[in-house]
Amino acid sequence: MSVLIYTEFSEGKFKKVALELASYAKKVADSLGTNVTAVTVNAGDVSELGKYGVDKVLKVTDSKLDAFNAKAYADVVKQAAQKENASVVVLSSTTDSLYMAPIVAVGLDAGYASNVVELPVSTSPFQVKRNAFSSKGFNITELISDVKVVALAKNSFGLVEASGAATVEDFSVTLNDADFNVTVQSQDKTTGKVTIADAEVVVSGGRGLKGPENWGMIEELAEVLGAATACSKPVSDLDWRPHEEHVGQTGKPVASNLYIAIGISGAIQHIAGVNASKVKVVINSDPEAPFFKVADYGIVGDAFQVVPELIKKLKEFKTNNN
Amino acid sequence: MKILVCISHVPDTTAKINFTNGDTEFDTNGVQFVINPNDEFGLTRAIWFKEKQGAHVTVVNVGGPETEPTIRKALAIGADEAIRVNATPTDGFQVANELAEVVKAGNYDVVICGKESLDYNGGMVPGMLASLLNFNFVNSCVGVEIEGSKATLNREIDGGKETLTADLPIVIGGQKGIVEEKDLRIPNMRGIMSARTKALNIMEPVASVAKTKAVKFEKPAPKSAVKLISPDNLDELINLLHNEAKVI
Repeated sequence: MSVLIYTEFSEGKFKKVALELASYAKKVADSLGTNVTAVTVNAGDVSELGKYGVDKVLKVTDSKLDAFNAKAYADVVKQAAQKENASVVVLSSTTDSLYMAPIVAVGLDAGYASNVVELPVSTSPFQVKRNAFSSKGFNITELISDVKVVALAKNSFGLVEASGAATVEDFSVTLNDADFNVTVQSQDKTTGKVTIADAEVVVSGGRGLKGPENWGMIEELAEVLGAATACSKPVSDLDWRPHEEHVGQTGKPVASNLYIAIGISGAIQHIAGVNASKVKVVINSDPEAPFFKVADYGIVGDAFQVVPELIKKLKEFKTNNN
Repeated sequence: MKILVCISHVPDTTAKINFTNGDTEFDTNGVQFVINPNDEFGLTRAIWFKEKQGAHVTVVNVGGPETEPTIRKALAIGADEAIRVNATPTDGFQVANELAEVVKAGNYDVVICGKESLDYNGGMVPGMLASLLNFNFVNSCVGVEIEGSKATLNREIDGGKETLTADLPIVIGGQKGIVEEKDLRIPNMRGIMSARTKALNIMEPVASVAKTKAVKFEKPAPKSAVKLISPDNLDELINLLHNEAKVI
């Protein structure tokens, strides 16, 4: 018995979600009286995992796995889970992990719960709390299978350091050639820019900004905060901003620590997509904008005056606090 | 080319979410239901394949008779025929099992689902279905072209997108981008009239056992009122974000 996690490694280090997963799995393992095993694919130095509660690392190294392939990666996780006799498999909510999670579940004949927002409500029966109805409700789900697969919602647990070091073991897997019929031909990835998926702070602009030419201050504010930029649906529909920036119910979901909405009135579909963010700030000239009802902090004012002033003040703040 | 589009019957995106029966069930009272938006993007792409490449498009829903208006809407948008699997599933694994039977019986080349439904947000069905069928699978799909037995697809990845190729048969988890919002169709009168006479076949479910069950629902804790800060006092905002919210 053990708790197995798949820890994503990219650009020379573990992703923050991988360490969050380790922190979470450690607590789950403690309540089950067992250990945490992490499986990695083509990772470099894995010692960092021990600091977040991982007891054992299964290191898979295979050039066939250089590009992410959902079925092949699911097979890696499945074989690791079987080797460790894992009763619980915890995955993150990155696009890749969510892609393979249902395949892992079928492979292990396991029940699967996604969007899990906190530690299990109980471990016997095994019940978890998940976000549902686009953050308009929670759902307590019971997993009634022997093996359980859960996907932890982004930014829902945080990092918890533990003392200890992990043992490392090379692990070779048997891959199925047919899985590689789905082949990556090319990737178009923004580099050097914080993505909405990874961002702890998101700065988002709406139609209140009047036109794409006014996005300079949004980008500058994002830069000061180390934030990703995003936009509302009308802005993406009008092609003021690229589609990848559209956040909301039919766009990308946002679960950042801080979400700053500028000139966004707050349509119910927009709120549904960003409500999982912990702290929401709204800047809008219309005091009746619905976003004020769900925000934590609000400024009723003209964005064209408030934002440049805020950038100036934040720069001062950063200088004084570094 | 035979395409199966799997649709979910979900509350409209503006619906108020409430629970009933001791918070164990979703309260459908007064709720308008629609085709799950992620599915509708995929359906629209399927209709494009029908019009441009002569594909035959079947829609399927796993649900009770109350989902038929939603299925008729899909027929009005342009699907050729429909199947309703007469079951009230309790989890995504059960849905995937039912759909797998439909796919096997109908010899489909392409199965398009939404990557997740907007009610339970499980994101389980497309991947489970592909696994049960042993079909190729591309999730978070934001573009698909098909030539003969080969598909070229775009998939959203964290921070960008990638282009993939795969042979048919394939299961696709679609989302906005597989067609754009402006390409979605509102059924016209002719579509609605013809939808009435298109076949809607009822299939009885196979016995499959759920692996999860919804025990209870909760609504988010009520939100405390927004703290308004004067635009002339931005230092206060920075102070609150730093010391109170601890996010900067």
